[in-house]
Amino acid sequence: MSILIDKNTKVLCQGLTGSQGTLHSRQAIEYGTRMVGGITPGKGGSEHLGLPVFDTVAEAVEATGATTSVIYVPAPFGKDSILEAIDAGILLVVCISEGIPTLDMLTIKAKLDTTPTRLVGPNCPGVITPGECKIGIMPGEIHLPGKVGVVSRSGTLTYEAVKQTTDRGFGQSTCVGIGGDPIPGSHFIDILELLEKDPATEAIVMVGEIGGPAEEEAAEFIRSNVSKPVVSYIAGVTAPAGKRMGHAGAIIAGGKGTARDKFAALEAAGVTTVKSLAQIGDALAEVTGWS
Amino acid sequence: MNLHEYQAKGLFADYGLPVSVGHAVDTAEEAVAAARKIGGERWVVKVQVHAGGRGKAGGVKLAGSLDEVRAFAENWIGKNLVTIQTDEHGQPVSKIYVEACAEIDRELYLGAVIDRGSRRVVFMASTEGGVEIEKVAEETPEKILRTTIDPFVGAQPYQGRELAFRLGLEGGQVAQFTNLFIGLAKLFEELDCSLLEINPLIVTKQGNIHCLDAKISIDGNALFRQKRIAAMHDPSQEDQREAEAAAFDLSYVALDGNIGCMVNGAGLAMGTMDLVKIHGGNPANFLDVGGAATKEAVAEAFKIILSDSNVKAVLINIFGGIVSCATVAEGIIGAVEDVGVRVPVIVRFEGNNAKLGTETLAASGLNIIAATSLNEAAGSAVAAAEGQT
Repeated sequence: MSILIDKNTKVLCQGLTGSQGTLHSRQAIEYGTRMVGGITPGKGGSEHLGLPVFDTVAEAVEATGATTSVIYVPAPFGKDSILEAIDAGILLVVCISEGIPTLDMLTIKAKLDTTPTRLVGPNCPGVITPGECKIGIMPGEIHLPGKVGVVSRSGTLTYEAVKQTTDRGFGQSTCVGIGGDPIPGSHFIDILELLEKDPATEAIVMVGEIGGPAEEEAAEFIRSNVSKPVVSYIAGVTAPAGKRMGHAGAIIAGGKGTARDKFAALEAAGVTTVKSLAQIGDALAEVTGWS
Repeated sequence: MNLHEYQAKGLFADYGLPVSVGHAVDTAEEAVAAARKIGGERWVVKVQVHAGGRGKAGGVKLAGSLDEVRAFAENWIGKNLVTIQTDEHGQPVSKIYVEACAEIDRELYLGAVIDRGSRRVVFMASTEGGVEIEKVAEETPEKILRTTIDPFVGAQPYQGRELAFRLGLEGGQVAQFTNLFIGLAKLFEELDCSLLEINPLIVTKQGNIHCLDAKISIDGNALFRQKRIAAMHDPSQEDQREAEAAAFDLSYVALDGNIGCMVNGAGLAMGTMDLVKIHGGNPANFLDVGGAATKEAVAEAFKIILSDSNVKAVLINIFGGIVSCATVAEGIIGAVEDVGVRVPVIVRFEGNNAKLGTETLAASGLNIIAATSLNEAAGSAVAAAEGQT
């Protein structure tokens, strides 16, 4: 078992024929992801990477029965692409594109509230169920099928957490990068809820960072809804206030969103926290008793 | 991206919102001419910098004569203004805003932000204008009134009226406030604002609603469709190294430590700074060199990091995802030679081809310490930096 995606998930790629879409779809196919087609308006009827190309998502869904779509289009087209996927009935949209305007995301979030579609991202590495399905830009080979669910706002920090769980042989059930934007499609609590219900997930690693209230919301959620052990690391203890630290969402604004507050909220909710990113694996071993 | 007050007020005026007549000027002569043009006997003169707290720092003055206007402009243009919101060097003043004087009866607050919790644009209003709104929110949260904008239907007049009545406005002020509220909501959406603030919003002695100050921040992600706003960018208000880094698509934030950090990925870059601190050192900067960490990017990153004379060692932390660490190693070697890096460089590779990358560095004969773990890397960087001081 896993969450969101598995070996049977049929995946479309919006922006398949672009450079990012091509690079990462090729790697996904090599990994074993069941890619079934791509969408590039104006190139419908052609073939790319051995996959059929469609003009619209609706046509692609009709022809392939796909339920999932990954988006690599440039940010100015992000809103349009996500809304097109939602209207075509795609159930899981994974948006890798970085730089989508925040007001576009407010509209998309309001739209998502009225539909069954789930959005992961934007500005994220994607979702992977090791050994089964890789959707996004993460390196497949650092993953190992296993029992830890990983959810994170950062790409390379996710890889660090994954590597530490792989090196110890714990492996991962599913890893979800929710992205570094201020208004992500899915928040920590959306993914934590799924991981809690997933029988294959025995423990959870949650990697957060400064900015916004998502970790505090997660702490509240974990307190009353998560029975599995959770290990959490928050990046940015040394980040100065008022400065954007790379990610659009990583900013301490008006004294709110500090790493200190987030650590405190998580600890109060019974989460095991680590102050050093090098200790995620150790903490997981300690809290679970795994060796 | 932040705008100056004069730019924000220009946009307010475009939307028909109540601001004073004013002119932004570059010289003392122009300041006097602007005051003459505005007419009257009193003017407000304000330095234009991207920082709050200007009034307390002496950057805002009520001028009672043209000589005072001239003296203020002569005093400030070309200098830096230090406020509670700036660093010790302050922000450079190149423009003065000369404005007609408004007479204040009451000071209110009106602002709008993108609220990350509710995922909506939220307007906030308060009877406690003219003071730090964060302080009001902290000490007397009941004095902050809120209304939320539905992204599908937009701001509605009833929401403005509701705020107006709760602020204690009366008569024609209610309609004035409601028009202001609707206009601001339109401006917020059409210009891709991330923050908008009028502090203070005043009721004049004549009983009219009037915007005495104006602050606008624009969503940097939306500048591709806000060409007119993008042209208002004033790089003089930013840290020079941060601006240079941005030109090369690198995210850089200057800090006050002595260990330069170069990392791929924003989250890992923050995590690396934190790790340096845990090991007893102090990071000199945040720098995300980008996923690919090419030789060109690494070379530019070195130049920016080393332009800070406090830097005594550079810690490079790369998690090779799609990119091979062996490729990054060659880039680092090339960049160290090209840039002429003289401080110790500590490199930690993980992921794709990490072992080969580390071996390549070790064989280079350069002053590069190849670390095999996060802790070793941070420890070595702290030791190297201390050895040099």
